[in-house]
Amino acid sequence: MTEKVKVEHVTKIFGPHPKTILEKVKSGDSKNEILAQTGHTIGVYDASFEIHTGETFVIMGLSGSGKSTLIRCLNLLNRPTDGNIYIDGENIVNYTKKELIALRKNKLAMVFQHFGLLTHRNVLRNIEYGLEVRGIPKEERTKTAQAVLSSVGLEGWENKKINELSGGMQQRVGLARALANDPDILLMDEPFSALDPLIRREMQYELLDIQAKLKKTIIFITHDVNEAFKIGDRVAVMKDGKIEQIGTPKELINNPQTQYIEAFIKDIDRSKVLQARNVMFKTSALAYLKDGPRVALKAMEANSISSVFIVDSERKLEGIVTIDDTIRAIKEDWSLEDILKNDFYTTAPDAYIHELIPMATDTKYPIAVTDDNGKLLGIIVRVSVLSGLV
Amino acid sequence: MFDFPEIWRLDLGVYVDIFISWLKANYGAFFDFTNHVILWFMVYMEKFLQWLPWWSVVAVVFILGWRLKNLLSGLVFALLIFIVGTFGLWDMMMSTLAIVLTSVVISLLIGIPIGILMTYNSSFEAVCKPVLDGMQTMPSFVYLIPAVILFALGKVPAVFATTIYALPPVIRLTNLGIRQVPREMVEAAESFGSSRWQLLTKVQLPQALPTIMAGINQTTMMALAMVVIASMIGAKGLGMEVLIAINRLDIARGFEAGVSIVFLAIIIDRISQYIANRFEIS
Repeated sequence: MTEKVKVEHVTKIFGPHPKTILEKVKSGDSKNEILAQTGHTIGVYDASFEIHTGETFVIMGLSGSGKSTLIRCLNLLNRPTDGNIYIDGENIVNYTKKELIALRKNKLAMVFQHFGLLTHRNVLRNIEYGLEVRGIPKEERTKTAQAVLSSVGLEGWENKKINELSGGMQQRVGLARALANDPDILLMDEPFSALDPLIRREMQYELLDIQAKLKKTIIFITHDVNEAFKIGDRVAVMKDGKIEQIGTPKELINNPQTQYIEAFIKDIDRSKVLQARNVMFKTSALAYLKDGPRVALKAMEANSISSVFIVDSERKLEGIVTIDDTIRAIKEDWSLEDILKNDFYTTAPDAYIHELIPMATDTKYPIAVTDDNGKLLGIIVRVSVLSGLV
Repeated sequence: MFDFPEIWRLDLGVYVDIFISWLKANYGAFFDFTNHVILWFMVYMEKFLQWLPWWSVVAVVFILGWRLKNLLSGLVFALLIFIVGTFGLWDMMMSTLAIVLTSVVISLLIGIPIGILMTYNSSFEAVCKPVLDGMQTMPSFVYLIPAVILFALGKVPAVFATTIYALPPVIRLTNLGIRQVPREMVEAAESFGSSRWQLLTKVQLPQALPTIMAGINQTTMMALAMVVIASMIGAKGLGMEVLIAINRLDIARGFEAGVSIVFLAIIIDRISQYIANRFEIS
């Protein structure tokens, strides 16, 4: 993975003389103290991170945490007071106006919370806007805009006015307008926050689809933990203008570094973040088909369990046997095949826990996790699904 | 003891007088040139308006009222302007209209750029606002004096005084209209790499257009109000009729001229409002 964007110690202070406040901030005065003493607001303080090509990087925080200020630094809608921002290795903070305009035209595109659509233009002309600014001939830009428009499911709406569209539709136009420019980097400032929950979910999946196809570098702002963890490859949590922690969703859940993040994590629905592979354990409690009932019984005894999965020599899952059946088989001198049961559930390792809940309530056996070839990877005991705990 | 001390007399008026004389002395050529250009424009405008057959004007007013609003409006407007004709004031009305239109055109040429500049620079805005307040509150007669000094008597000083009086609304509403464009819309345009000019012409002005149109409507009405006063320095037209009627205490003449101005105002106001409404972003 190569790094696409690198943010180095970026600070943004709002007020009449931001540079003079810098020292004060560095000496450790708090945001509120500085506001009371000098009337300057600290938007972002000392933010550093790197974003890889093709990554979806989520910046999460409550309102006022500086996340929108930070994303606006990346296309210099806000000029940072201090620090450097590198895009493809070039420090954009020192860009002249001309270079900045070229950067915005060619590499970046932004999607806004309240869409920021031009209400005096129809849908198609909105999507064309970025191309128009770049001076692309009318015919070509209409063609491109048409193609993008269909890709976000807005066919037939070309000539509608913006205000005739629902919120979800409007944000599709916003997304299409950004994609029409074919930017390397997509900046999304709470794009789905103004939408109602059902539409929001639909748009989230659509974004994931689009991202799977286009592999853009996405910087996504949200205040919703569930959204952050669903969409983000990595998530940065912000509080009071500072980045508290950066990590994958799993890292944040398993190893929250501050109480603030712990509190945040409490809110999330773990079952939607954790996958089967995260909660399964690779058990030694299994028996090979050729071993016979006695070995299976030993395995159950050793692990104090009442059933055991049976695999073949390749560790391919064959079935499950219960302790009652095994004891009977030993008495009657049956083989394991005779008592093999198949009324358990299997799942892929990347299934989310919430998908497993119906299975867990329906079965008395553990859930088997298998790969594409049917090889047993591990088992998930029902309690770890139902309690929602690892 | 309680009277204001006479030694604290500030002769501000004298300085303004000196300033105007200085302008006249040093930039006389400039004012003469402006005088000629405006006069040329005015004369042709007036000639054209008076050349128009009366029924074509009635027809245009009717069609505008009908297409922009409804049949009744068209009929009422046509009737009103027809009545002015029956007073024998048709040519006077056209002279008035010529001054109003010229003043409005000049006001827009000056006012819209100033309004735009005010949005770019907040300190410029802070300076302009009280000046605009002053321009609107100053008794309009006062403008007549420098107008006469700089442009002599006649049509041009009338246009000059009318323009000064009519200018503020279009400046204010251009400024307001552009400042009201939602922040996100401007940010969106910027984020795609729009230049300042592209931002202005593709986003800010189209968005501000309904507000600017309202400003143009107000400017036009102010111009119409001022044109009556401007007749005191020799602008021919309906205002002159009123002035003559005052001097002679001629009630009949005064009433006819006054009603004509009212009718003209109604027609111009309504039609420009309907046009402004067409630009409303739905």
